[in-house]
Amino acid sequence: MTDKSHRDRLLRVCDLHLEGRSDEEWIPIVKGVSFDLHKGEVLGLIGESGAGKSTVGLAAMGFTRDGVRIAGGSVEFDGVDLVNASADVKRNLLGKRIAYVAQSAAASFNPAHKIIDQHTEAPVQHGVEGRADSEADAMELYARLRLPNPEEIGFRYPHQVSGGQLQRAMTAMAMSCRPDLIIFDEPTTALDVTTQIEVLAAIRKIVEDFDTAAIYITHDLAVVAQMADRIKVLLKGEEVEEADTRTMLSSPQQDYTKSLWAVRSFERPAKPAPAVDAVPVISVNGITAAYGTVEVLHDVSFDIHAGRTVAVVGESGSGKSTAARCITGLLPPVSGQIELEGVPLPADYRQRSRDQLRQVQMIYQMADTALNPRKTIGEIIGRPVQFYGRMKGKGKRARVEELLDAIEMPPAQYIDRLPSELSGGQKQRVGIARALAADPKFIICDEVTSALDQLVAEGILRLLARLQDELGLSYMFITHDLATVRAIADEVVVMKDGRVVEQGGKRDMFQPPHHPYTDLLLSSVPEMDPDWLTDLLAERGVDNIGDAAVDKM
Amino acid sequence: MGSVGKIILQRLALGLLTLLVVSIVIFTAVNMLPGDFAEAILGQGATPEAVAAIRRDLGLDQNPVMRYFDWLGGVLRGDLGTSFAQLNFQANMGATSLQTVASQIAPRFSNTMFLAGVTAAIAVPVSLALGILAALYRNSAFDKGANIFTLSSISSPEFFLAYVLILFLAVLNPILPSLSNIYEGMGFAERLERTLLPALTLTLVVTAHMMRMTRAAIIQLLASPYIEMARLKGISPMRVIVRHALPNALAPIVNVIALNLAYLITGVVVVEVVFVYPGIGQLFVDAVKIRDIPMVQACCLIFATAYILLNLTADILSIVSNPRLRHPK
Repeated sequence: MTDKSHRDRLLRVCDLHLEGRSDEEWIPIVKGVSFDLHKGEVLGLIGESGAGKSTVGLAAMGFTRDGVRIAGGSVEFDGVDLVNASADVKRNLLGKRIAYVAQSAAASFNPAHKIIDQHTEAPVQHGVEGRADSEADAMELYARLRLPNPEEIGFRYPHQVSGGQLQRAMTAMAMSCRPDLIIFDEPTTALDVTTQIEVLAAIRKIVEDFDTAAIYITHDLAVVAQMADRIKVLLKGEEVEEADTRTMLSSPQQDYTKSLWAVRSFERPAKPAPAVDAVPVISVNGITAAYGTVEVLHDVSFDIHAGRTVAVVGESGSGKSTAARCITGLLPPVSGQIELEGVPLPADYRQRSRDQLRQVQMIYQMADTALNPRKTIGEIIGRPVQFYGRMKGKGKRARVEELLDAIEMPPAQYIDRLPSELSGGQKQRVGIARALAADPKFIICDEVTSALDQLVAEGILRLLARLQDELGLSYMFITHDLATVRAIADEVVVMKDGRVVEQGGKRDMFQPPHHPYTDLLLSSVPEMDPDWLTDLLAERGVDNIGDAAVDKM
Repeated sequence: MGSVGKIILQRLALGLLTLLVVSIVIFTAVNMLPGDFAEAILGQGATPEAVAAIRRDLGLDQNPVMRYFDWLGGVLRGDLGTSFAQLNFQANMGATSLQTVASQIAPRFSNTMFLAGVTAAIAVPVSLALGILAALYRNSAFDKGANIFTLSSISSPEFFLAYVLILFLAVLNPILPSLSNIYEGMGFAERLERTLLPALTLTLVVTAHMMRMTRAAIIQLLASPYIEMARLKGISPMRVIVRHALPNALAPIVNVIALNLAYLITGVVVVEVVFVYPGIGQLFVDAVKIRDIPMVQACCLIFATAYILLNLTADILSIVSNPRLRHPK
């Protein structure tokens, strides 16, 4: 990352105002953002969801989604005014000189066409090169991006390729016309940490190789620290501050930026180990489970003691959520047993008594879809109060209000609202209250913070910690985010391919020696140090990160 | 592809079951209609003796369950039976050669298929093109115009459309013949010319569904990330729709096309009457009028088969158009 600000200016965004339509009104969503981008420079745009970073990224291409318009300001790309340019002029630039890499490659590749056909489309349509040349170039790019079988992989359909590989194929596609500027819109947010690092390395390499300028949009500070020369922080459509990466990391000026930096400091004090003869609240004994004939869990065992949090970590597909489904009885295991305080639970939830059901509750990842959009908050929380607590009328109302107090949402204000009238973090709090309403001993938290912004997630974690202390709850905390593990867990279970590869106290888990897979997981989590990725690659080598490293195990 | 073969077999087996149920329902329904063939054919001058005689000749005096199984046994041997009208004619006029139901239906059915084929050849490309253009220029004057035109044509009675077309294309500007009395041995060109007016009428009837489904299926996809990606690659709007949206919108479109084609085979009696087109629809209505059970049964089986096969084809095409099913991981 050298200083490139003396080079020719490629893009100038000046006092950009964007508006979004809500019902019949246009309301401002970006209120004056300006930045310059020079040739070969990478600008990181960071902020929480709703900060307007994606909208700004698209507007930098002269593009707005339906229901969004540019209300003022200018976007000038290499002398072309993109705000006022005709559709033809813009079309001629898009794909050819300005390219885009989307958040979800799986959704952004057309399912009906082979990857390489989509790759060659822009070069052929823009008359940059012929189909055969473009195909040959695609294979070379795939090889550079370290995709397996670069000669063959392009001839597959998108659904036949894994998420991390698709994301790299999309980066290759963006490179197909050797653009001057690429907009990366959260390109690794949907990926596992071990895959993310591989994609990050690939993106950084190719951007450097071809001296491409880029706008890198993300909410993850540690990621942007690896990628960007300069960082710009946005909050609710407004600029907070902008500085080169090292300055921004070492001495942020604004309070908001400082608070973002401070998020990762939350960590609970360690609890004393449970008594040796204590009966665990939940004991998973040798569970083997299958979907149809495909076995997805193999002989999984772990205990969760009263008042403690066990974090279950692993990549997607490692069987974390399946284990939760077995505990709740939604998926009766093929063999093995779940015990609640030493008493075996029936495998199928239909055979469990109401009291047994009451003891095991669940909080879901997507609070949006886990709450019935047509019921008020009072009804949503009141339902389990009535079902498990057999309370009605005033008693029920009092209990609901008590629960709302517990999740720090004033009942008078929220009890009659619909989920659509709440923010993401508030919805997740309602999810927590609904689980608490059953007065359980044990709660499964399935990626409860992964859809939330860091500050909001922090609030949820603090709430869960406080409730645990007050009510003596036990948590099974499913996550792939090791920062969350560090913040809240007492014990850690690491899963891979449906097996437990390592388990133990948090302190042991974060100190070597570990199982090689745990080591890979831990070392793949980006750190706030801008040299982290460079150092890691130097230390491990490009062949020892991501899928390649997982495959070696 | 093994799964596709399995689906086809399953569906064909289910189709046979459906045909059996249809034949039972139709047989029962026709039997429950007031009157029977004997009363219908004799009309007001029916004496109890004459009615009884005809019933005896045709076997109508026997137990309906027995008659159904007789008929079913015939069908299983490939014999659709002989129509009551033919049997009655033979009984009264002495033995001439008997026409079976199959030989009566065959030429009518081929006429119906011809009309349906001509209509489909016009209507399907036109609806797809209109739908694509309407999606491309959505909310424009063209889109609104196409919607108003197709919706008003689908909302008008078929005979009205037929007469309007006759007025403009046969009477005011005598381009096409208003009568479509085609017969065997007629040359293809002439046959096509005579079929054109009914085919145009039916095109007006079926276009709206197909066009609106094409438009809706494409527009629904326009918000998807891969369409946005295509736009951000600087691809022209027409290419975005035809290459990126249409292949993913095929399944619902194909299903609506199949339904409309089935309608063309089974539901065009009004148009046949207006243009005196000798299709299967008239034959069927006439047979129902005189309670000619073997004929009604045969027609219904043909209609049901058309629906089953066309829907099966649509399902297979939907599967084939989905690369996830065509190329499993």
